[in-house]
Amino acid sequence: MDRIPILKMGRFLLVTIQVDMHDRLALTLQDDLTERIVKEGARGVLIDISSLEIVDSFIGRVLGNIAAMSRVLDAKTVVTGMQPAVAITLVELGLTLPGVRTALNVERGMELLQGELDREGLATVEADADPQG
Amino acid sequence: MPDGTLLPAVLAEDDGRLLDDWMREQLASASVRRDLMSETELRQQSAEFLGAFGLAVQTGNFRSVDGPEWAPVRDLLASVSRSRALQGFSPSDTAYFIFSLKQPLFTRLAARATPEQLASEAWTASTVLDRLGLYITEVFQKSREEVIARQQEELMELSTPVVKVWEGVVAVPLIGTLDSARTQVVMENLLARIVEYGASVAIIDITGVPTVDTLVAQHLIKTVAAARLMGAECIISGIRPQIAQTIVHLGVVLENVTTKASLADAILVALRATGYTVTRIASRS
Repeated sequence: MDRIPILKMGRFLLVTIQVDMHDRLALTLQDDLTERIVKEGARGVLIDISSLEIVDSFIGRVLGNIAAMSRVLDAKTVVTGMQPAVAITLVELGLTLPGVRTALNVERGMELLQGELDREGLATVEADADPQG
Repeated sequence: MPDGTLLPAVLAEDDGRLLDDWMREQLASASVRRDLMSETELRQQSAEFLGAFGLAVQTGNFRSVDGPEWAPVRDLLASVSRSRALQGFSPSDTAYFIFSLKQPLFTRLAARATPEQLASEAWTASTVLDRLGLYITEVFQKSREEVIARQQEELMELSTPVVKVWEGVVAVPLIGTLDSARTQVVMENLLARIVEYGASVAIIDITGVPTVDTLVAQHLIKTVAAARLMGAECIISGIRPQIAQTIVHLGVVLENVTTKASLADAILVALRATGYTVTRIASRS
């Protein structure tokens, strides 16, 4: 597999990583994802890594970068389903992914994104309403 | 002349008086532990050793005790040493089992050897016994280390239960000093349970942790970070006043971690975070 599929769900993008990531795959994902966020005007990105068993410092860094890039493009990122071993490895590597939201599974991750969007939606509507009113 | 020719003869022609002398020697010493081992048991061990030792010296190999001809002696010493290690003998008590044989053995060698022979005879016998003495001490040490390792393992197992407090809330009460190995076990256990119970809040209660130093704090922070990566929020509770002071004096930063003084407070926060409230039902009296 030379590409990880990116699925669109409403205003969110859904990425499920079901193979072991190698460096090129991670970089391709980073490219594809940023492209898609811009193209679809996505407000949230959910990355499910429940099948990911092995990470190294590079993959950890790419995950962090993807989150930071999405934030710049005004899309929230949630990483879901991280395995205990992967979590321990990342912490030992000193990659605690600050700024990345996490959730136990895809369902909770979606709730989290939806919640963020709702809150923000209200804020935008209010902000929009103000200058008109 | 091969050295130590008299030693096999001395042992082979012995009529049991060597054992008696040896027993007398052992019993006279302060290292005999009548509280731990009976005289009959000691006599039996000594007799078995003399038997095996006698057979081993017949082979004429005094250069080393590592060869196959010394295997029965080594096995016997290993079992003696191991049982003594478990019974609580000291290393020197155990080694004296071998060294106390020197006196009666040398007396017999002296009786048979010519003065010229005596020096080399004594040297040979002494070397063999010294090697056996070292061997028995080594085995003793090894058995003690095994005991310690096993105890550590047991301690590790009983120390980290992860409790489900409520739907979506787990707690792990930590008791005793935290070192790297234990923290690793705690961390793995906690993360596994978070997945198993689908918990979104985990409480780490350190009421039972006697001291918190920078290393322990570091371990706690790591655990919290790992849980967060999996999507669970962590609360550290049970921080005693003394420990709060230590943490601040050490300059440990717990800024990104929710901390509570008591487990009750932590549970309340956890329940709120998962969408529950706790209400007191008015008493009907």
